[in-house]
Amino acid sequence: MAKNKRVFIKGNEAVAYGALAAGCRCFFGYPITPQNDIPEFMSKAIVDAGGEFVQAESEVAAANMLLGAGACGIRAMTSSSSPGVSLKQEAISYMAGSEIPAVIVNMNRGGPGLGDIGPSQGDYYQSTRGGGHGDYRTLVLAPGTVQEAYDLTVKAFDLAFKYRNPVLVLGDAILGQMKEPVTLTPTAKVPASEGKAWRLEGKGKRKPRIIKSLFLEDGALAAQNRHLEAKYASMAGEVACEQFQLKDADLVVVAYGSIGRIAKTAIRKLRAKGKKVGLFRPITLYPFPDAALAKLAKAGKKFLTIEHNLGQMVDDVRLAIRGLADSAFFGVYPGDMPAPEDFEEPIVKALRRKA
Amino acid sequence: MSPAAVKDEILAFDRPEVVADRATHYCPGCHHGVAHRLVGELLTEMGLVDKTIMVTAIGCSVFLYNYLLLDAVEAPHGRAPAVATGVKRSRPDNFVFTYQGDGDLASIGLAEIVHCANRGERVSVVFVNNTVYGMTGGQMAPTTLIGQKTTTCPGGRCREREGMPIKMAEIIGGLGGTVFAARAALNNVKNIRQAKKFLKTAFEVQTKGLGFGFVELLSACPTNWKMSPVKANQRIETEMIPYFPLGIFKDLSGEGGVC
Ligand SMILES: Cc1ncc(C[n+]2csc(CCOP(=O)(O)OP(=O)(O)O)c2C)c(N)n1
Ligand code: SF4
Ligand SMILES: [Mg+2]
Repeated sequence: MAKNKRVFIKGNEAVAYGALAAGCRCFFGYPITPQNDIPEFMSKAIVDAGGEFVQAESEVAAANMLLGAGACGIRAMTSSSSPGVSLKQEAISYMAGSEIPAVIVNMNRGGPGLGDIGPSQGDYYQSTRGGGHGDYRTLVLAPGTVQEAYDLTVKAFDLAFKYRNPVLVLGDAILGQMKEPVTLTPTAKVPASEGKAWRLEGKGKRKPRIIKSLFLEDGALAAQNRHLEAKYASMAGEVACEQFQLKDADLVVVAYGSIGRIAKTAIRKLRAKGKKVGLFRPITLYPFPDAALAKLAKAGKKFLTIEHNLGQMVDDVRLAIRGLADSAFFGVYPGDMPAPEDFEEPIVKALRRKA
Repeated sequence: MSPAAVKDEILAFDRPEVVADRATHYCPGCHHGVAHRLVGELLTEMGLVDKTIMVTAIGCSVFLYNYLLLDAVEAPHGRAPAVATGVKRSRPDNFVFTYQGDGDLASIGLAEIVHCANRGERVSVVFVNNTVYGMTGGQMAPTTLIGQKTTTCPGGRCREREGMPIKMAEIIGGLGGTVFAARAALNNVKNIRQAKKFLKTAFEVQTKGLGFGFVELLSACPTNWKMSPVKANQRIETEMIPYFPLGIFKDLSGEGGVC
């Protein structure tokens, strides 16, 4: 890839470009709107790059193929949208339990059930609470721009291998379908030794390796969970967020992904009218940037969380600010498509609200 | 016995190194151990041990990796063929096989096995059909015979309610990506020898890069059949083989594979 090349692409394509830049060698997909551009693009591009593409028989199978590739220490990914991501949860739980690195992209659409094919943030809980059975976490990256969709996909692969853990990239139908200019950054070659200490490659002359999540012996599962707990705690340093015009703000609007983007426009407009409001946009949803939010709460600011759902991230915001500040919520129903103007009134209302 | 006689003794039957020197957790008369042994012998004879990646399934054989000393990954229930697809696409030069029970492969994992075979993945599948869900306590499996009593069909499997037992070797043999599909039984020496021959061909179609290989092994589960090991062996002969015929259902190994 040329150095710092500029391209004009969709969020879905940016994810695919990012995966290729990160050295992704296997892609396992299944059609579902609004992410079809990713498998369509990859079916040629990853093969041209010497990798493997499989259109699986289901999202269940795609995620389990990912499990197999990850166990071999190969950079691999799958992408889908909400109903398909539900089906991937079985394998995601197994990958978390067996510490298999993998990248899973969810271009969130409206639900519950078949919902619609428009944008939604209804999968926040599913993404940040593990999503499948058992007590586990996945790193969750939430791009707000097409550039971030590219950058964070690259980063997702590094994090997956750094922590031997599944990493989710959580976008939505807006991000997937929106075109923006993107700078493609040259990335380092994946070292051949990646995963050398644990990956499966045939035992050769060494001892066999077993990648599994079954721990039946006395105390073995508790030990594994203790180990995983420590690993999740060690991820705290990966926390990332965007803070926009917060210094003198009386009200902090908390919003992520596309909704963060739309809220930013609303905030710009309100700033022009002299309203002291700013944006806090979590970029990592797990780990959640709670320390930064707590700091803002201690500084006496008020909070308004805006989401494209009935209120999910707002729980994390309230946990982060621990009752130190006033916290309001404004939700856009999945199925509705918000514009910046829709947010102005709720923001002004929250600004006026007495704690 | 004189020391000279001991020296001249020829060891005709030994344990291949890949088969762990330990007692298994299987019930007396269970055929999982026989199937493990055949796989271990073949991997050794074919020189595949060092480059094998084994995909284990959920069932009584979930601890397969304790008995066959190979690089292994544990698949969720029924998903071993999908996991094996991911492994083989990542490491095409490795030898990859799954080892699955009838509940695992023929029920919850039916989509995965059919599409793995149909794509012609270069993997081998060892399918242990004992007509019950062994591990969970002998419930009805898709392969349970008509009239067979299990904990979830206590009156015996009934065609009207539960349908007919599913014939996987025939189904897999009917798929385009399959190069070899066969059924053998593990109830006597003759049948065990045939099983080994079939497994060898299934492994060879992979090592030659021809396509997908599948062997169904009719196996005893004396515990859940509530029979002695000897009676269980006889049941394979008198009840299972008449419904699940032994033999080869597809063999393109001599014709250069499928694509
Ligand atoms: C998703 C899921 N459903 C159910 C189970 C419970 N379960 C464990 S083993 C098994 C059946 C195994 O039967 P089979 O594949 O025939 O193997 P056998 O024990 O007979 O060798 C089931 C249903 C599970 N582990 N995971
Ligand atoms: S329950 Fe059946 S299949 Fe399981 S170990 Fe015992 S005999 Fe074998
Ligand atoms: Mg069984």
